[in-house]
Amino acid sequence: MKLITAIIKPFKLDDVKEALTAFGITGMTVSEASGFGRQGGHTEVYRGAEYTVDLIPKIRLEVLVDSSDVEKVIDVIVKAASTGAIGDGKVWSSPVDNIVRVRTGERGTDAI
Amino acid sequence: MEEVVINSGDTAWMLISTGLVTLMIPGLALFYGGMVRVKSVLNMMMMSFGALAIVFVLWIIVGFSVVFGDSLGGSGLVGDPTQFLFLNGLDNADAAIGTIPAAVFIAFQGIFAAITVALISGSIADRAKFGSWMVFAAIWATLVYFPVAHWVFAFDDFVAKTGGWIANDLGALDFAGGTAVHINAGAAGLALAIILGKRVGWRKEAMRPHSLPLVMLGAALLWFGWFGFNAGSAVGSNGTAGLALLNTIGATVAALLAWLLVEKIRDGHATSLGAASGVVAGLVAITPACAAVNASGALIIGALAGVLCSLSVGLKFKLGIDDSLDVVAVHLVGGIVGTVMIGVVGVDVGLFNGGGTEQLIKQIIGAGAVLGYSFIATLIIGYALDKTIGLRVSREIEVEGIDLKLHAESAYETYSSSRGGSSL
Repeated sequence: MKLITAIIKPFKLDDVKEALTAFGITGMTVSEASGFGRQGGHTEVYRGAEYTVDLIPKIRLEVLVDSSDVEKVIDVIVKAASTGAIGDGKVWSSPVDNIVRVRTGERGTDAI
Repeated sequence: MEEVVINSGDTAWMLISTGLVTLMIPGLALFYGGMVRVKSVLNMMMMSFGALAIVFVLWIIVGFSVVFGDSLGGSGLVGDPTQFLFLNGLDNADAAIGTIPAAVFIAFQGIFAAITVALISGSIADRAKFGSWMVFAAIWATLVYFPVAHWVFAFDDFVAKTGGWIANDLGALDFAGGTAVHINAGAAGLALAIILGKRVGWRKEAMRPHSLPLVMLGAALLWFGWFGFNAGSAVGSNGTAGLALLNTIGATVAALLAWLLVEKIRDGHATSLGAASGVVAGLVAITPACAAVNASGALIIGALAGVLCSLSVGLKFKLGIDDSLDVVAVHLVGGIVGTVMIGVVGVDVGLFNGGGTEQLIKQIIGAGAVLGYSFIATLIIGYALDKTIGLRVSREIEVEGIDLKLHAESAYETYSSSRGGSSL
């Protein structure tokens, strides 16, 4: 079992969500995040005074998948989230020891 | 006082104008409140509301008398504080001033005093003790605003026999308060910003306006209220009021455009904060001049104010003075532009409009006198208060947020602040 975490551009959320749903993913967690990578921050100007804002808004999307689906799901996310421009984000996977569905008590892959 | 006939048209307009100028207090609170960070919105707004309350109480007790009582010793410096103590003889339905009830004139002028004090608060955002601010407001109104308003607004034989030196002896023109209100508040703001010092993190961390829609709304309410401020200063429902109102629009739109133009050329972006600031700069600059210039004069004054005020914002960074919300750039510079430009484009008196240099010199003396007195007196008052009761909050309070620490409130319910609480 793996946890896939994707940091994507906020306006790409709908595309990624639809692509994942079409692939057969039935659940995900989405949160607002902020950060920076190679894109860096942006500049704002108030009464002529420039402020560099390091952190830019992003969406953090998390999906639990069976180990066998990891590469395919990552490909789906990358394809849907890509614009080709700087700041498109990152996707990574990490191992998960156990999963429990709270309502039924199911464990492991049954709980995905 | 001689027998006068109360004019119902004049009275109606002045009743409305008094309501309009009172709306400038929440307008200013929103304008300033939107510009500060989320942790000090309420404190910023409270400084305006607090100033209104303390100053108007003083106005009733002694303020009106100091401004409009007979000049002590005929000096033109300060009105007799005992003449209308507690509005003696004026707070009834029969007394008249000019062609309106005395009560209306007193209320209208009282709000001017309150607004002037409230304007100062923009230079000390995020870091002033609220109680000390209230004490400062009371002392400053008594020692600075009331005497200066006497100099400028007390005409001989209007309320009392002898009035102030700028209005009567010097003869500088200031229709609605370019000197007494804006130069006065701007110079005081500068002095107070010097005494309180820079905010923690100034020029290191981003101090962005937390809500520009509030700033825009505040500027719009100020503009609306300013029709009462300027056109109401005619103290009558007449052509002078009409001209003042027209010019209050003309100069303001010109300043808005000029400010945005400067931004577009200098920074590459026309901003909403620039538009709101341009509005206020234009309103400030036309305040003294709104009845002394024609419509093209108003456009010139507005455009000049928009350019000079927006360029002046950068001065605080060069001088290292944290005038947080640019009281100096907008009110001091704008007030000087409007006051001095009367001597340049004023109808029949301006250098380029039928007059010589005579009026121009009078205008400069008037502006300089108010600037100098206000700056020095505020430095002394501020220094004395800082050494006794203290003007500035502790570093801990400032960093964690003055709203929460001083007022025990937060401006907005956020997810993190609304969870985990319990009502006792």
